[in-house]
Amino acid sequence: MDNIRRDFVVGEEVVHALRGVSFTINEGEFVTIMGTSGSGKSTLLNILGCLDTPTSGEYKLDGTPVRTMSKPQRAILRNRKIGFVFQNYNLLAKTTAVENVELPLMYNGSVSARERRERAVTALQRVGLGDRLNHKSNQMSGGQMQRVAIARALVNDPAVILADEATGNLDTRTSFEILVLFQELHAEGRTIIFVTHNPEIAEYSTRTINLRDGKVRDDVVNHKILNAAEKLATLPVNDD
Amino acid sequence: MNGTNLFKIALKAINNNKMRSFLTMLGIIIGVASVITMLAIGQGSKQSIKKNISEMGSNMIMINPGADRGPGGARQSADEMQTLTLKDYQDIVDQAKYLSAVSPNVSSGGQLIFGNNNYQSSVTGVSEGYLTIRQLTVESGTMFTEADIKSAAKVCVLGKTIVDNLFPSGADPIGQVIRFNAIPMKVVGVLKSKGYNSMGMDQDDIVLAPYSTVMKRVLAQNYLQGIYASALTEEMTDIAIKDVTNILRTNHKLKEGEEDNFSIRSQEEISSMMTSTMDMLTILLACIAGISLIVGGIGIMNIMYVSVTERTKEIGLRMSVGARGIDILSQFLIEAILISVTGGVIGVLIGIGLSMLMKTVLHWPVSIQAWTVLLSFLVCTITGVFFGWYPAKKAANLDPIEAIRYE
Ligand SMILES: Nc1ncnc2c1ncn2[C@@H]1O[C@H](COP(=O)(O)OP(=O)(O)OP(=O)(O)O)[C@@H](O)[C@H]1O
Ligand SMILES: [Mg+2]
Repeated sequence: MDNIRRDFVVGEEVVHALRGVSFTINEGEFVTIMGTSGSGKSTLLNILGCLDTPTSGEYKLDGTPVRTMSKPQRAILRNRKIGFVFQNYNLLAKTTAVENVELPLMYNGSVSARERRERAVTALQRVGLGDRLNHKSNQMSGGQMQRVAIARALVNDPAVILADEATGNLDTRTSFEILVLFQELHAEGRTIIFVTHNPEIAEYSTRTINLRDGKVRDDVVNHKILNAAEKLATLPVNDD
Repeated sequence: MNGTNLFKIALKAINNNKMRSFLTMLGIIIGVASVITMLAIGQGSKQSIKKNISEMGSNMIMINPGADRGPGGARQSADEMQTLTLKDYQDIVDQAKYLSAVSPNVSSGGQLIFGNNNYQSSVTGVSEGYLTIRQLTVESGTMFTEADIKSAAKVCVLGKTIVDNLFPSGADPIGQVIRFNAIPMKVVGVLKSKGYNSMGMDQDDIVLAPYSTVMKRVLAQNYLQGIYASALTEEMTDIAIKDVTNILRTNHKLKEGEEDNFSIRSQEEISSMMTSTMDMLTILLACIAGISLIVGGIGIMNIMYVSVTERTKEIGLRMSVGARGIDILSQFLIEAILISVTGGVIGVLIGIGLSMLMKTVLHWPVSIQAWTVLLSFLVCTITGVFFGWYPAKKAANLDPIEAIRYE
């Protein structure tokens, strides 16, 4: 990612959400992106997830410049390689948890209906919602919706998982359960990019990028990675 | 992409938005049903009038005295009304080539009396050919004969209505002597009932007598009120009219360039006059139906447009998890087709049902034609599909994140 800029035109004004961001993330890294609200984290993540195109600058994914890809190519890339957890979940309304999670596989013709259902159920079990399969999205709490969104990002077995404050609405214990899950996913060799406000979470990742005002303030590699599973064991068990 | 998946997605989306889908369908249903019903009524009336006119007679040609002034023309002088004579009739009988039957027509109104019963009607003086021309048949008794005409015999043939009024007890009228304006006339036959025609005229209110009798004994006049004839076939009508015109012009000693002092109308002419009136009615009905089709279409357009705009977020989300523009388009197209076609089919069924109801309950003549069904169905379906597809196409061209952020 080289000198990425993203400007938004709002009426007469131009908002510079990203003012020249450059870095390289290697396969298998677990990166946390931190920064104050409005510093451009979500904008950056959208570009990384091929959902948005930068105003200028070059973003290469697997060595291919995303700019040169056609829209359908990008769509297939998102479908097969990327799992994205939105800050505001973005679930389909009036649709059950399983069906929401199945969604990416619906656009993958090579997955049969049975396999699709099995994989969606497994993903939901991994985020601890095995007992909420047929609840509709409007019948769930914020934390549950967030976990459905995470399950949806896992279901296509992506190489890269992008999560925008995926634990923002969860209690400490559930957050750590999710963090354990992400560390597991990381251990499986996936690349994880995790946006968060919580500095504690950064201690469980391999690298932290700090953004401020649309620029990289610092970029530190974490040499003392904590184990989320161990921490989870010390937390009191939720008794519900 | 996997077609069945898209189909499932579309079905689910329709199911999740039952009210919206239903409202869209309603627009289509009303549009299709009203067009079918309106046109069925228009076409039905037209056909029934055509049928009635053809029942009036077979390939009838009507020759009237006086120049053709057209409908609403100035009233003609008494002189002009006396241009047709028995000689004209005889010459047509002798010389005309394309006619199967010819009959003079003289008629006089008056009172019919039998015993204590009387009835206001008229007696029509004709020849035997009249039965062929008007498609009448004698049900009991006989028609008067050539000999009766020669001798101007005081005989008559009655229509059903006359029989019912003069012989209410049900007695057999054959052989009885009735009086018409004090002239005694012997009943020799009774006509088979023809009922009312489409203009509400009683076709059984008729008394036929030899034309000679009516001319000599009733009216005391030597000219005819008209001559009726039947062409051999429908195709020969025109040539028959030309032929008769020539005979009459020679008879009347009309010079080249001089106007005919008689007029000839064919049944086809009357029929086409009537059907053109009906065509206007049909066009009027079609306009009304067309308006409801447009209103239905606008309804579809509106709901589809709002729904896609409202669902831009959903489109964005689908794209963000890997739906391509074409997948989104296909989904919305399938949705639109499902809704439009279902609505169209229901509309066709309701339209046909409504037309049938009018036929059985109101006894309106209706005729459902394949092209009206097809046309209304196509128009509505195309409207539905287009307005479902167009906004979806717009949304599918957005970047996923733009669509997702859309409020
Ligand atoms: N679509 C947009 N149109 C206009 N301005 C935008 C748009 N998206 C983001 N911005 C602006 O860009 C800046 C960065 O926004 P962004 O959402 O990336 O922040 P963030 O770091 O994710 O904040 P938070 O921690 O609150 O989620 C903000 O000032 C925001 O107002
Ligand atoms: Mg954000």
